[in-house]
Amino acid sequence: MFFRYLFIFLFLLPIKVFALIEVDITRGNLNPLPVAVSPLAIDKASKDNFKRILNKKNLGLEISTIVENNLKQSGLFNPLNKEAFLQEPDIANLKPRFEDWNLIKAQALVTGKVTFVDEKLRVEFRLWDVLAGKEMMALAFTTVPSNWRRVGHIITDKVYERLTGEKGYFDTRIIYISEEGPKTNRIKKLAIMDQDGFNNKFLTLGNELVLTPRFSPTNQMVTYLSYFRNLPRVYLLDIETGMQEVVGDFPGMTFAPRFSPDGKKIIMSFAKDGNSDIYTMDLENRIVERISNHPSIDTSPSYSPDGKYITFNSDRSGYQQIYIMSSNGKNVKRISFGNGLYGTPVWSPRGDLIAFTKLHKGKFYIGVMRTDGTGERLLTENFYQEAPSWSPNGRVLIFYRETKTNAKGEGFSAKLWSIDLTGYNEKMINTETDASDPSWSSLLSN
Amino acid sequence: MNLKKILKNGFLVLVVSLILTACATQKKVTTTGQLQGDVYTGSDTVKELASGVPDRVFFATNETVLTTASRETLRKQATWLRKNSDINVVLEGHADERGTREYNLALGERRANSAKDYLMTYGISSNRISVLSYGKEKPVDSGSNPLAWSKNRRSVTVKAN
Repeated sequence: MFFRYLFIFLFLLPIKVFALIEVDITRGNLNPLPVAVSPLAIDKASKDNFKRILNKKNLGLEISTIVENNLKQSGLFNPLNKEAFLQEPDIANLKPRFEDWNLIKAQALVTGKVTFVDEKLRVEFRLWDVLAGKEMMALAFTTVPSNWRRVGHIITDKVYERLTGEKGYFDTRIIYISEEGPKTNRIKKLAIMDQDGFNNKFLTLGNELVLTPRFSPTNQMVTYLSYFRNLPRVYLLDIETGMQEVVGDFPGMTFAPRFSPDGKKIIMSFAKDGNSDIYTMDLENRIVERISNHPSIDTSPSYSPDGKYITFNSDRSGYQQIYIMSSNGKNVKRISFGNGLYGTPVWSPRGDLIAFTKLHKGKFYIGVMRTDGTGERLLTENFYQEAPSWSPNGRVLIFYRETKTNAKGEGFSAKLWSIDLTGYNEKMINTETDASDPSWSSLLSN
Repeated sequence: MNLKKILKNGFLVLVVSLILTACATQKKVTTTGQLQGDVYTGSDTVKELASGVPDRVFFATNETVLTTASRETLRKQATWLRKNSDINVVLEGHADERGTREYNLALGERRANSAKDYLMTYGISSNRISVLSYGKEKPVDSGSNPLAWSKNRRSVTVKAN
């Protein structure tokens, strides 16, 4: 018995001592890594300048709080209470006293410094392995002061990448539909916000019904469905300029739009005479191509990341199921065979999985399956939820959930939720209003 | 003795046939209050295009087939439209909240078109009828129960001019 323990101990010890910290994100993490995020050091002059420009008393502290919240939300890290920190931010950034950080059980430490240089915000930050007593990463960059929240997100992305080995998803935005008013008369607006719910902005006024916005790969354009003048059509919106144009002006309804992975085409459904099929439009030359041709409903198309395949939703078998086909519409193959109805397939940015909504015995599920339909895994069950959208690293899904109303038809709400691919870390995302139809951008930087 | 046997057998036959009919009715459609199967048959939310001409028809879950009652409603609408040849209509197709948004948009379009097709077989020109799907976006009943959902699965004929 003793020898067995000794063996395990000897086996584990070298890893602990010599390897720098690593966080495994492929399984549900029930022991999040304790991490200390020291307030970023800031000198008096810089403090005063940022206070003048941004009305923030201590920008160093504010940015470190963003990092802390991001790390906490990821479910992989456990940011420690700042009150327990023994070392001053400026000294910690130069040379951490590892035994102090070890004392409060921190395994990783983030330190840094913000300065006001030539009207700009300069940031440097370091990531330290407390147990090994080593610097894992040091980076510095400069940006306009108004980007201060993004600075926090970029730091988180770098820390996440260094510790997990995969790209982060924090310097990103969510485009979604803001909802207000009674269930029978909802006012819906196009809205955009940072991934953490801050910097919310409405992009339409709510005069017409809008649905299902999706980002282009460059994040500058959005395609969505608008009922402008009571004609449901696919539109294109340039977020920077606010320019809007109709792209699906066919003699019927166009809906369910998404960009191709190269951003050059929009794929969508076109419904006419009771039949919905899938079409693409080339945004450069406006050439329209019919992709599917079947008397059933074909909708919710989504490209594979290499653009070679399309997954879509069809009821050609009699019920809603998930199919894939080549991007020219050939080789149609059904991939969902479980009990229940399947909808809203979305190809993961890593290419290996398809996320979907499933309706079975009066419950709605968000799940994933491999692209050949095997390995179905249901991540979450609820009264009503649908429309998953992948984080750019393919590790998290965002979707919306609606509540059941009471006997009087009251108590309706719609909110955005996220869940890890592991099925753990389910979280509601705070929004000013009710919200639905979320779409996750790719990383804004790099 | 014989009589007793006959009575006994008769009783058995009666019991068996009762069981059978019970099965049969269960398999067919159950009519409970305002629902036949799960198609709404009540009059709540129903308006009139003209006196005696209901404005909407209802559908079963995930279905676009017109029921006997729906066809009767549409025949009344067709008669009224023939008499009022200056009136054009929009058929607004709807779905309940128990489906994904995009599929429901397609389903609403299909429902409105099945009403349109029926009106056309009664001589109403297709250029007098336009179709608009709202999917699950405009429920008339905010309830989260089978009766509310049945009222929301509908195609409503609305005057366009």
